[in-house]
Amino acid sequence: MATEIKMPALSPTMETGTLAKWLVAEGDQVRSGDVIAEIETDKTTMEVETIDDGVVGKLLVPAGAENVPVNTVIAILIDDADDSIAGASITDDSIADVAVVDKAAPENAAPESAAPATVSAPAITEAAEIGGASTMLTVRESLRDAMAEEMRRDERVFVMGEEVAEYQGAYKVTQGLLDEFGSKRVIDTPITEQGFAGLGVGAAFGELRPVIEFMTFNFAMQAIDQIINSAAKTLYMSGGQMGCPIVFRGPNGAASRVGAQHSQCYASWYAHCPGLKVVSPYSAADAKGLLKSAIRDPNPVIFLENEVMYGQSFDVPDDDVLVPIGKAKILREGTDVTITAFSIMVGRALQAADALAAQGISAEVIDLRTIRPLDSETIVASVKKTSRLVTCEEGFPFAGVGAEIAIQVMEQAFDWLDAPIARVTGKDVPMPYAENLEKLALPQVEDIVATAQAVCDGFRG
Amino acid sequence: MVAKADTKRKKGPGRPPKAAAVKINNIPATDDLLAMYKDMLLIRRFEEKAGQLYGMGQIGGFCHLYIGQEAVVVGLQSASKPGDTVVTSYRDHGHMLACGMAADGVMAELTGRAGGYSRGKGGSMHMFSREKKFFGGHGIVGAQVPIGVGLAFSHKYKEEPNVCLTYLGDGAVNQGQVYESFNMAALWSLPCLFIIENNQYGMGTAVTRAAAGRDLADRGMAYGIPGKQVDGMDVLAVRNAALEALAHCREGNGPYILEMKTYRYRGHSMSDPAKYRTREEVDAMRKQHDPIDQMRDLLKNQNISDDQLKAIDSDVKVTVTKATEFAQTSPEPDASELFTDILLPDTGDSQSAKV
Repeated sequence: MATEIKMPALSPTMETGTLAKWLVAEGDQVRSGDVIAEIETDKTTMEVETIDDGVVGKLLVPAGAENVPVNTVIAILIDDADDSIAGASITDDSIADVAVVDKAAPENAAPESAAPATVSAPAITEAAEIGGASTMLTVRESLRDAMAEEMRRDERVFVMGEEVAEYQGAYKVTQGLLDEFGSKRVIDTPITEQGFAGLGVGAAFGELRPVIEFMTFNFAMQAIDQIINSAAKTLYMSGGQMGCPIVFRGPNGAASRVGAQHSQCYASWYAHCPGLKVVSPYSAADAKGLLKSAIRDPNPVIFLENEVMYGQSFDVPDDDVLVPIGKAKILREGTDVTITAFSIMVGRALQAADALAAQGISAEVIDLRTIRPLDSETIVASVKKTSRLVTCEEGFPFAGVGAEIAIQVMEQAFDWLDAPIARVTGKDVPMPYAENLEKLALPQVEDIVATAQAVCDGFRG
Repeated sequence: MVAKADTKRKKGPGRPPKAAAVKINNIPATDDLLAMYKDMLLIRRFEEKAGQLYGMGQIGGFCHLYIGQEAVVVGLQSASKPGDTVVTSYRDHGHMLACGMAADGVMAELTGRAGGYSRGKGGSMHMFSREKKFFGGHGIVGAQVPIGVGLAFSHKYKEEPNVCLTYLGDGAVNQGQVYESFNMAALWSLPCLFIIENNQYGMGTAVTRAAAGRDLADRGMAYGIPGKQVDGMDVLAVRNAALEALAHCREGNGPYILEMKTYRYRGHSMSDPAKYRTREEVDAMRKQHDPIDQMRDLLKNQNISDDQLKAIDSDVKVTVTKATEFAQTSPEPDASELFTDILLPDTGDSQSAKV
């Protein structure tokens, strides 16, 4: 009897991986616990163990194969070398018969979690606008490049956080920085968010330029007093003396199947507070250009990334391009309805715009890029053209970013509106774990399409 | 390297310190003694005046007076060097004066006027002076401690021969972030001197009712941070301990903790009736341990004449009177100040910078 060995999911958000190396050959006898292959994800390299005794009957995916989807059968294990592969009944067991050992971070290993829902990033070519050469890069690489370029430019810039140095980043965003800049400037902290956030504030008062990574923004809740009371307010309380040039960055929002404490969008939390800038990019080019601007900004900047977006690739200009904080971007022009979104929701808004176009509705999609200061000028100008507005965000609806946009548009463009402003948001519940419930809790492309249709249909001539 | 805990001096952290016969083997020059006397007296008179102005409704909000604790900050700052940074919590007027900030600007901030250090936008608890390396003035108990560690981090990063003097109270020592700070400061050998001003009460709660375990000086023991308990009512004892601790930090040996046993004569804030302690307890401290009286006696023993002391008293009086007049006549901030200092303008910082 044969057993299938499948490409395992090695993290909550992994969709594909590279089969870097086979450590066994066909015909080899293996025992439970033997390492049979190495798999590279976008975050790390992991070893795959077999949990059955047997003989390697067939290696179905060659070493070096990239983008192997999770759950692809990569090898067949047979009971005995004499069995023929052809005669073996291949089971359709959906659980990969492998155990995964992450050498450094067992908590990252999630070998039996299902692959997350696919989110494909519509390609956005921005390089043409800039005119220079460009390269396809992931959001992760772009963020790394932004930090590296700014650290080369300015010796005051340092990066601090949990696992940013020797581990190369919990999500590999700081990969390679330790090698280039050394342990003085790329600093692993203990698990001590309030402590290192406050330390960063003190270092910024001491005329350094800290980039403080939170492994995720969920953990920044431990540090929110330092972010708000110390970083955001001290300039005002000091009559303008105590600027605090600091960047707090890390993944924000839902990842995949990690439950309520690890899945939350903090955009409206931080945007609520005067004294902070809040940035949340979508594309890799914006991630890079905005992070560079954030590091150079003399004020505290909350830089909200998204774990699901880290592995997505976009065209990124090769030149040293700064994207200004506080400027939204129209990614798709339209005439019937304006859709605003930020971070991962931009991709869904663009997909929704495609679907709406097929129904004859022309949607204008605005990537907010910065939440505070909000580029209400761009939003209002668009609404004056389309007369309808749908806001999208992953966060909770109550007092969310969409609520703020709605009031600003009402204040500035009430007479241009042909329909009430509608919001597409995460549901007003803590994030559930179950796959079906999580999908229901998060705003999907269909939700945006349905909301835009309602806004347009109900009030069409 | 942990300082040996001196079990003999363990008396329970709540009790006022005895008039320990501190052996002064390092008496500063007379001019320095006079300067310390004057600094303490300035704080005392300044705070008395602030209390009066509060009673007259000219100072609003919270106002935490430093009366009784003057020897701590004056002794510490007398041992510091140019470039050393200072951060503390909200009982901060004394620290600002001891750092050389002008009484005028501090008092005018208390009255919420444009001439205040924060142009009237910070108040009693939130004042700063980059020039004097005073980094606040923080209103959240314990939050200044990681900030102090960050300032120490910046000294080390920039290879400056300086120390951050991070002041905290006996109330703050039970905040988690204080231990996060101790850990990082010790882990990375940061030049941070933690000064625990143990004035015996966190608001209305005696330290014995709030703090388990040994002396607060030993709170860094788990991190290998040496600690020492000092009679904080004796400015020379404070100064000597500070010289030793600052040298330790400055020489790259990492942080150090000084627990200053001190006492505040007034309530936690102006609105605190201080029913949690007896009149006798306060009077005993004032009569037997007052830092300014002790210094005055020492100066007399050093053959400083009454006239010289009177001249200092009258100088201080003039400074406080002038500060009060300034604080009363400086205009309120212009309404346009409401919306300034929220964000700094983008400086177009594109130059490469060397540390």
